[in-house]
Amino acid sequence: MTTDSKFHHVDPKADVQPIIEMRNIEKHFGRVIALAGVSFDVRPGECHCLLGDNGAGKSTFIKTMSGVHQPTSGEIFFEGKPLHFDDPRDAITAGIATVHQHLAMIPLMSVSRNFFMGNEPTHKVAGISFLDKKKADEVTMEEMRKMGINLRGPDQAVGTLSGGERQTVAIARAVYFGAKILILDEPTSALGVRQTSNVLATIDRVRKQGIGVVFISHNVRHALAVGDRFTVLNRGKTLGTATRGEITPEELQDLMAGGQELAQLEGSLGGTV
Amino acid sequence: MANAAQPTAKSDERVKEISAFRNALIRPELGGIVGTVAVFTFFLLFAFDSGMFSSQGFMNWSVVSAQFMIIAVGACLLMIAGEFDLSVGSMIGFAGMMIAIFSVTYGWPVWIAIMATFVLCTAIGAFNGWIVVRTGLPSFIVTLAFLFILRGFTIFLPQVIERKTIIGGIIDVSEGDWLAPVFGGKILGGLFTWLGEAGIISTFERGTKAGQPVVDGIPMLIVWAIVLIIFGHVLLTKTKFGNWIFAAGGDAEAARNSGVPVNRVKILMFMFTAFCATVFAVCQVMEFGSAGADRGLLKEFEAIIAVVIGGALLTGGYGSVLGAALGALIFGVVQQGLFFAGVESSLFRVFLGVILLGAVILNTYIRRIITGER
Ligand SMILES: Nc1ncnc2c1ncn2[C@@H]1O[C@H](COP(=O)(O)OP(=O)(O)O)[C@@H](O)[C@H]1O
Ligand SMILES: [Mg+2]
Repeated sequence: MTTDSKFHHVDPKADVQPIIEMRNIEKHFGRVIALAGVSFDVRPGECHCLLGDNGAGKSTFIKTMSGVHQPTSGEIFFEGKPLHFDDPRDAITAGIATVHQHLAMIPLMSVSRNFFMGNEPTHKVAGISFLDKKKADEVTMEEMRKMGINLRGPDQAVGTLSGGERQTVAIARAVYFGAKILILDEPTSALGVRQTSNVLATIDRVRKQGIGVVFISHNVRHALAVGDRFTVLNRGKTLGTATRGEITPEELQDLMAGGQELAQLEGSLGGTV
Repeated sequence: MANAAQPTAKSDERVKEISAFRNALIRPELGGIVGTVAVFTFFLLFAFDSGMFSSQGFMNWSVVSAQFMIIAVGACLLMIAGEFDLSVGSMIGFAGMMIAIFSVTYGWPVWIAIMATFVLCTAIGAFNGWIVVRTGLPSFIVTLAFLFILRGFTIFLPQVIERKTIIGGIIDVSEGDWLAPVFGGKILGGLFTWLGEAGIISTFERGTKAGQPVVDGIPMLIVWAIVLIIFGHVLLTKTKFGNWIFAAGGDAEAARNSGVPVNRVKILMFMFTAFCATVFAVCQVMEFGSAGADRGLLKEFEAIIAVVIGGALLTGGYGSVLGAALGALIFGVVQQGLFFAGVESSLFRVFLGVILLGAVILNTYIRRIITGER
C-alpha cells in the first residue's frame, strides 16, 4: 500500500484560518475520563482524519464538536471566535453537520423525510404552516441523483437502502444544508469495498467545494486514500498530527495501536496486519 | 479503486424489484382497510335483518366507534412518537369526576368546570411526559403508576366530598350553559327531521314523539371524533411537527442529533393523549348526566388495540391516524354487531384477542419489508 491516491489533495496551508479549533478538550463521564485534553482543528477544503482504536474517544470527541456533549473543560473557537454549543441544533445552525456512527438515519422513515429531518421546508396555506412535501421530494430526488443514487421514489424507506447509500444520503443532506464542516464518524467501517470507494469519492467531492471534512476511521488505508492531515487519538489523548506525505502507513498504524505492541505482533504475524 | 470516483447511478441488480402487490402492502392502513371491509361484509351477510343497519342501529355503532376513535387518535400519535399511555382509562374516570365535583359540588358554572378539567388533565399528561423524558424510564411503567394514582383519586374524592361514588345532577346544572352542548349536544337536527318527514329514516309511530325521527341528530361525540381524526392526520402527515413525531419514535437519538426537539414532541403528545381522554370524559358525562368512579375502565387497552389494528408499530416510528380510526371502527362495529346479532358478548373478547394477534403479526411482517430486515 502506497500513499498515492487518485484524489487531488490540497496543500494544507498553515496560514489558512481554521473553521473550527478545539483546544485541550476534556470530557469526563462520572469517573471515566473519555478525553484528557484533545486539540484539533479543521481548515476549509481539507479532509482531516481522526484515527484511533476502538474506545480511543473519537466518537466522544466529535460529539463535543457537534453539540451532543458539552466538554468538561477546554475551548472551542469557531471562525476565530469562542463558541459554546448547548445542543446539536446550535452546532447545526453554525454549520457543523455530523453523520453519527450508528444513528444517522431512521430506517422506517422515507428518504425524503429523513433528508429534511429537523430542517423541514414549509409553506403557508391559509396562514397555517404546512410541510412542503413537493419541494422536499423534488430536492431529495435531485440531490440523490447528483450523488449517484437512483431512488425508486422519494417515499422509499431508508431501511431499504444499503449501508453505503445511507451514508451518502446523510452526506448529501449535510452538504445541501450548507455545512461548513462535515463530520463523518466511521462512515466506512461497516461497508464493503465498492461502497467504501463510493463514500471516499463522495468525501473528495465534498472537500472540493471548500467544506472541511472530519473523517473518523480506524482503518489506515481508508484514511490515507483521502486524508490531508491525520490526527491519532489514543486513550483520550492526541498522539500528534501529521500532514500527508510526512508519515508512512506503517508509522500511522503503529501510532494508532500505541506503538510497540503492534510492532511485536507484526513480527509474529509476518507483516500481515 | 480505478473507477471509484464515478458515482454508479445503476441500482444494485441483486435487489429484487418489489412487486406492486407488496408495494401496496407497505402502508400502515392496510390491516385497517382489510379488516373494515371484512367486518362490514360479514355483518351485511349475516346480520342484515338484525336492525344493525337501520338509522337507529347505524347511530348505535357509530357512537360506540366514535368513542374508540377519540381515544385512539391520541394513543396513535403518542405511540408513533414512541410512547404509551396506560393511564387513559383512569384519566377518563378522573376527568369526568372532576367536572362533576367542580360543577355539582362546588357549583361552578359548567363551562368553567369543563375548562378547568381540561387544564388539569393536560397538565397531568404533561407531568407524565416530563417524568418519562426526564428519567428515561419506559412510559409503560410511569403511566401504569398513574393508572392507579388517578383511579384511586377518582374513587376517593367523591367518597370524601359526597359520600358516594357516583355524582349525578349534571344535566340540571348544565341547563343553559354555552359550552356543555359542544360536548353533549347534537347537530343537523333539521336535516334529520326532514329525512324523517320524507320517510327516508324511521320515525316514532306512537307516543308523545310520534312523527319525530328516531335518530334526531348527530351527537357532538361523533363530530369530535371526526375533527380529532382530521386534526391528527393532518398534523402527522402534512406538517413539520408530524415529521418530528415520526422521528422521535423512529429513533430518538438520531432525531435529537438532527436537531429535533424530541422531549418537547413527546411531552406534547402525552398532553394531546390526555386532552383526547378528557374530550371522551366530557362527552360521556354530558350524555349520562353523571360521573362514576368506574368510568373508563380498560379504555387504555382498547385504544392501544385500535391503534395496533390500524397498523402502528408498538415500537414507535410508524403508523397512521386514519388506520387507527379504522381500527376503532372495526372495534365498534364488531362489539355492537355481535350484540345485534344476539351473539354471546363474551365472544367479543375472543375476537379482540384474535384480531390483535393477527394485526401485530401483519405489522411485524410489513416492518420487515420496509426496513429490509430478515
Ligand atoms: N455516555 C457515556 N458514558 C460513559 N462512558 C462513555 C460514554 N460515551 C463514551 N464513553 C466511554 O468513553 C470511551 C471512548 O468511547 P468512544 O468515544 O465511543 O470511542 P471510539 O469512538 O473512539 O471507539 C469509552 O471507554 C467509552 O466507554
Ligand atoms: Mg466511535
